[in-house]
This record gives sequence, C-alpha cells and structure tokens, in this order.
Amino acid sequence: MTDVKNLEEIFQSKIDAEQKIEPKDWMPDAYRKNLVRQISQHAHSEVVGMLPEGNWITRAPSLRRKAILLAKVQDEAGHGLYLYSAVETMGTSREQTIDDLLSGKAKYSSIFNYPTLTWADIGAIGWLVDGAAIMNQVMLCRTSYGPYARAMVRICKEESFHQRQGYEIMAVLAKGTPEQKEMAQDALNRWWWPSLMMFGPTDANSPHSAQSMKWKIKRQSNDELRQTFIDRTVQQAEVIGLSIPDPDLKWNEETKHYDWGTIDWTEFNNVVAGNGPCNKERLAARNKAHAEGAWVREAAVAYAAKKAKRKAA
Amino acid sequence: MSENPNNWPLWEIFIQSKRGLDHKHCGSLHAADAEMAIENARDVYTRRQEGSSIWVVKSEHIHASRPEDAESFFDPADDKVYRHPTFYTMPEGAKYI
Repeated sequence: MTDVKNLEEIFQSKIDAEQKIEPKDWMPDAYRKNLVRQISQHAHSEVVGMLPEGNWITRAPSLRRKAILLAKVQDEAGHGLYLYSAVETMGTSREQTIDDLLSGKAKYSSIFNYPTLTWADIGAIGWLVDGAAIMNQVMLCRTSYGPYARAMVRICKEESFHQRQGYEIMAVLAKGTPEQKEMAQDALNRWWWPSLMMFGPTDANSPHSAQSMKWKIKRQSNDELRQTFIDRTVQQAEVIGLSIPDPDLKWNEETKHYDWGTIDWTEFNNVVAGNGPCNKERLAARNKAHAEGAWVREAAVAYAAKKAKRKAA
Repeated sequence: MSENPNNWPLWEIFIQSKRGLDHKHCGSLHAADAEMAIENARDVYTRRQEGSSIWVVKSEHIHASRPEDAESFFDPADDKVYRHPTFYTMPEGAKYI
C-alpha cells in the first residue's frame, strides 16, 4: 500500500507542477478510467455529431454552403479519429470503444439527440453548439493527459471555421426576408437551452468535478464555462438582431456578467437517460452504418493480404 | 534487409523534448536491437538534455508518400479555402468569434 501511496504522490506532484502525464507513466486506476470514459464520450460525440448535420448536406441552399458543410462534417470524422487514438494510448482497444457506443453502453453529448428541422439549424449548430464545444475544448488543450491535450490543440485549430460558418449562416438569414429571419430566430429558440446544457450539471450537482479539477483533467468548472459562453453569445445575437429566448436575461453591472434564467434539468436528465427526440434514431443510424460498412472493412483486409502475397511471390 | 547478418539494422529516432509535446523525428542510427537503439539515441541525440522520452522504430517499418507524386497527391486541399476561418465574413462589431 505504501508503494501505491508513494506512486500517487509522485503522480499528483507532477500534475501540481503542470507536467503532462504520458501513456507510459504510472497513473491511478481511477484517473485512467475517468479519462477513458471522458475521451471516448468526446470521440462518440464527434461521430454522432455528424448525423444531424449530414441530414442537410443534400439540401444545402447553395454549392458554397454544401461544400462548407461537407468540409465541416469531414472535420468531425477526423476529430473522432484523433480522440479514439487518444483512448487507445490508455490501453483500451478501438473495437471495445466502438462496441460500447453501438450497444448504447457509452454516452455521447445529448445535444445531438435534437433534430435539425430547418436549414437555420445548421447555422445554430455551428454558432451555438460548436461555440459551446470550443469553450470546453480550449480548456482541454491544457488538460493533464498529454495525448488528449495534443488532440485538443489540433481539434481547436480546425474548429475555428466551424463556429464562424454557423454564425455567418445565421447573420445572412437574419438580414434576409422576414420568413428567413423568423427561421433563424426559431432555430435560436430551440438550440439555446440545449446548448447551455452541454456544459453539464451545475457545479453544486457535479460530484466528479472536484476530483477532475484536482487531476487537472478539467481546468474550469461547468458553471464558469457556461457563464463565459452566455456573456459572449448574447453580444453576438444582438449584433445580428436576434433575441435570446430567456426572459430573465439581464446584464448585471455589479458582477459584470449576464444574469439568466434556469435550465430545465428534467429535460436534461430525460435526454441523457435516452428519451430525447432522436436518441433511438441516432443509435440506429450508427449501428446501420457500422453493419453496412462491414464488407468494406473485410474487403480492405482481403486486398491487403492479396497485395502482400503478390509482393512475396 | 542486409546480406550480412552481423549488420545492425537502421532505426529512426523520435524525441519528445518535454512532457506534453509531440515526439519529433530527429535522425537515425544503427543498433543491434531496440534497447540498444534507445540507449544510443540517448547518447547521440540527448546529450544536452534535449529529451524526456525516446521512441525508436526500425526504418524498414516506415512507409512514406512519394515525393515525386506530392503535387497531385496533396492537391485535393488546394481549392478548399473555406476550411480556413478567414474565409467567412463576420458582421461588424461581433466579438469573440
């Protein structure tokens, strides 16, 4: 026991000294488990996140928008890959991680269980959902696990166009016909609260947060990140003439932050529990894609074997 | 790879200069096995505390793209300026975006 205690002390002192933990370092089981869960959930979110946006690729309003949306969805696939690779450095196989998503055992961000009803939803996702994700991901560039932090740096660099393309869509719609503006406002109305939920439970209700902060997996609390997101986004909505669907939203001169209403946590818990509008549809789509892609994976292996044989002959 | 079984294979050396950073390729050396390659890499490439971690990979296991194909191989990225944030027009006055 003294040995483990000693190892834990060394481990924590590295973290306290702002040193990264690398795959071959000793780490507490709970740290490994916590990270495997968090990074794989993050990876699954990138992958499932392609579905609501993919829904609009064929119906994008112009070739320009279509090319952009394709490029964005392609980026999300890449981000899933970087993160799955980071999970593998912790000794969990890729197959296991994917199986956990397909069986429904692993979670992904609940935001992707909401439907994309109109083109404006693509704008709202880029602006709000990617905006919220970026807040979290910028923080994670400084997370204590080296491979995760490095994946995040790469992802953040690539994400930088995602939020802008979404905001641009919203700005154009808001300046368009009354119907277009209405469509943009409707998308904001539907995506605002789920976007705030993306930051997770309040600090008071987030039992694992303290440990994650001590291990410097997280560097800022859910509530801090959520507040910064609100402060920034309200100004952006004003600039394009849309209104945030929160009657309690009000600038507080004393705190220099916006005061705002209350999240419907019953809805949040419901969606996390699997009862959101699209939970079943998303999981079914992933399972279908995986099953229908089986022949491609098999063919690639067969082709590689054939090439190797030819080379040897 | 060599006719003489006593010829040591070639190893590619990757050094991580500091925890948290990527391992970077810094050169190669000959060694009889992986352990020797790591020790020799330490002696050759980290004499001035350049490293905190070393990876060695047998050179024969490195596969590379072909320099002569580089132009056509990488050109799919050439006409996709919309992958860069500067491609987008942001409304006047919008902050933090």
